[in-house]
Amino acid sequence: MTSSASFLHEFTFGLYPYIALSVFFLGSLARFEESQYTWKSDSSQLLRRRQLRLGSNLFHFGILVVFFGHLFGFLLPESISEHFMTPAQHLWLSMAGGGVAGLVSLAGLTILIHRRIAEPRIDAITRKWDIAIAVILWVQLALGMWTVYAATDHLDGSMFVRLVAYVQGIVLFRAHNADLLIGVPWVYRAHIALGLTIFLVFPFTRMVHIWSGFATVYYLIRPAQIVRTRRVQRQVARSQGRRAA
Amino acid sequence: MKIRAQIAMVMNLDKCIGCHTCSVTCKNVWTSRGGMEYAWWNNVETKPGIGYPKDWENQEHWKGGWERKANGTLRLKQGSRLGVLMKIFANPHLPEIDDYYEPFTFDYDFIQSAPEMATPPVARPVSIITERRMEKIEWGPNWEEILGGEFAKRSQDANFADIEKAIYGEFENTFMITLPRICEHCLNPACVASCPSGSIYKREEDGIVLIDQDKCRGWRMCVSGCPYKKIYYNWQSGKAEKCIFCFPRIEAGQPTVCSETCVGRIRYLGVMLYDADAIESAASVADPQDLYQAQLDVFCDPFDPAVIAQARADGVPEAWLDAARASPVYKMAIDWKIAFPLHPEYRTLPMVWYVPPLSPINSRVNTGQLAEANGLPDVSKLRIPVRYLANLLTAGKDEPVIVALERLLAMRAFFRERDLDGFENVAMLERAGLSVAQVHDMHRYLAIANYEDRFVIPTTHREYAEDAYDLRGECGFSFGNGCAGGEEQPSLFGGKLGGKRVFPIKVRGPARGETVDGR
Repeated sequence: MTSSASFLHEFTFGLYPYIALSVFFLGSLARFEESQYTWKSDSSQLLRRRQLRLGSNLFHFGILVVFFGHLFGFLLPESISEHFMTPAQHLWLSMAGGGVAGLVSLAGLTILIHRRIAEPRIDAITRKWDIAIAVILWVQLALGMWTVYAATDHLDGSMFVRLVAYVQGIVLFRAHNADLLIGVPWVYRAHIALGLTIFLVFPFTRMVHIWSGFATVYYLIRPAQIVRTRRVQRQVARSQGRRAA
Repeated sequence: MKIRAQIAMVMNLDKCIGCHTCSVTCKNVWTSRGGMEYAWWNNVETKPGIGYPKDWENQEHWKGGWERKANGTLRLKQGSRLGVLMKIFANPHLPEIDDYYEPFTFDYDFIQSAPEMATPPVARPVSIITERRMEKIEWGPNWEEILGGEFAKRSQDANFADIEKAIYGEFENTFMITLPRICEHCLNPACVASCPSGSIYKREEDGIVLIDQDKCRGWRMCVSGCPYKKIYYNWQSGKAEKCIFCFPRIEAGQPTVCSETCVGRIRYLGVMLYDADAIESAASVADPQDLYQAQLDVFCDPFDPAVIAQARADGVPEAWLDAARASPVYKMAIDWKIAFPLHPEYRTLPMVWYVPPLSPINSRVNTGQLAEANGLPDVSKLRIPVRYLANLLTAGKDEPVIVALERLLAMRAFFRERDLDGFENVAMLERAGLSVAQVHDMHRYLAIANYEDRFVIPTTHREYAEDAYDLRGECGFSFGNGCAGGEEQPSLFGGKLGGKRVFPIKVRGPARGETVDGR
């Protein structure tokens, strides 16, 4: 590797993850604090129902499976995962599960992008970021599908173990983490780099609604009716009561 | 028992002339903004008709409100909580904007800028969403105005349930009501229970139901949850919005804009005390026809010493107890039993009630013969079928509506006879279940309807709501985002949609498939 190439490699896979994740967390926090009125799913269903039900459900349910697959597949410590399966079995599971969910999601997103461009009403309310993030996600899903195909070259799970080590290395702040990716096929590296970019732009797009989407789980257990009081004494009394209980 | 107070409304349909002043003043004050052109927090619809949005009363289609499960508990009609969350990506019960109407303006500029043409220039409709010319306006905010449109379509009205409706399509038997509608500010609101982010809440002090614009994430389950379809999705801001009962005015002791500007003086605002602990059981009674009575039982008597003591213990201010005793809403709903909730069968315990309208005696049924015994006409011979009103106001139970109509008729007959013949027909009043004192009160409130009698609104006690010292130098009313008022500046996190959009809209191009005709 030439020195400029190795610098680029070190930057993209050694430093960039921390830049992207810092912007992701701090940017989300800043937007939540400063500009909650802009924090929304930005649904366009009111203007056109057609295509949304199919496209949105395929995309969202697919991408949820992909998301949790990545979360547990990469971040679950091996000491736990090895109780259940060997790395090769793990690879098979992720290829099958991720492959199916990714295809479902990709199909849904394709429908949604078509709807966004072809439908004049949706086109009229589309911001530049809406198209940009949809295209980025589409490319990322396509790359993800490609990695599933590429993984058929490494069915022993060796590549998989290496990638898991890399992702865990980011979270655990391991030194020389980027070196793990030297010699890894470009499609994996492209998928990782674009994935980090998604984290980077996340706070500036409608994707912030993902945070809120996970927060809606609280809806399952909260009281059906919500009453707010403006009385200072009562608010104090309530918070004390909560502390006591 | 836990006593809370709410500012409730009654609309006297007997006096509504369908002038839409309430709708227009409301829109000018609250919804003349981008993304809300199609939304009318207050609308007046002509009944019978399918209404706005189309067919809103058909809950088998829209799944609004609550349903009672076999075990006697309530569940949102649109599904269990998990079911609601599963529909979050695409809500199958969400109306499309065409169910309201596609907001439009007209290409007025063309009248001035048109080149010389063979025909005079016309201002053609332009969609406010796409800014493209619309070939045809298919529907509007009040398309069925004064029985507009064919009966076959209007008679899809859900209130025709159990009625042989064919004869009401005939000219001689036709009838009409204008029905002004705002958010019901329910005691058991389905919108609050539908919101996955918990952004909708009821205010403890005055019962107003509001959406926290900062906390709303645009999941839009409230739109389908509300059986009255009185929550609107702002397609530009991506947030749900609803009637705020003009809370800045109410807090200052002023009536809502719709009430203030009502030229027919049909609207009444007053305090109702209710037992918050009784709401759930009242909303879950087995027979929908018992819901009206169940809701009456939730209200508390402001003259009862036990109620007063409990209300004081629960922090209801003294001025509010005074107002509750002078409440026109209490008089109409409880004392005279002439006001009813709109569609109690939705089980939300709505708090905007209606006095049913009288109507002329149907000439075909009853030629030349106007009065029955004791000088009181038979309400079954009124032009508007009692069952239609009952379907609207009491889940189809005729008796309470008949009593109310008889009382309204008795009041009229009593005063007519007194003024023309100098005779006070007390026997007729007794038949209608009224005393002389009551009928004088009714006359004062319904016929004279002085401002002070219609609106009895205590001011909010802000001195213990907030520490005013902390509020000095703060912004007043603003639209989300803290103090940012007026034009929203674009930030890193995205600006307002449609910065390019400035009224009057210029047409962006011909409608699809249209031939350009010399323009």
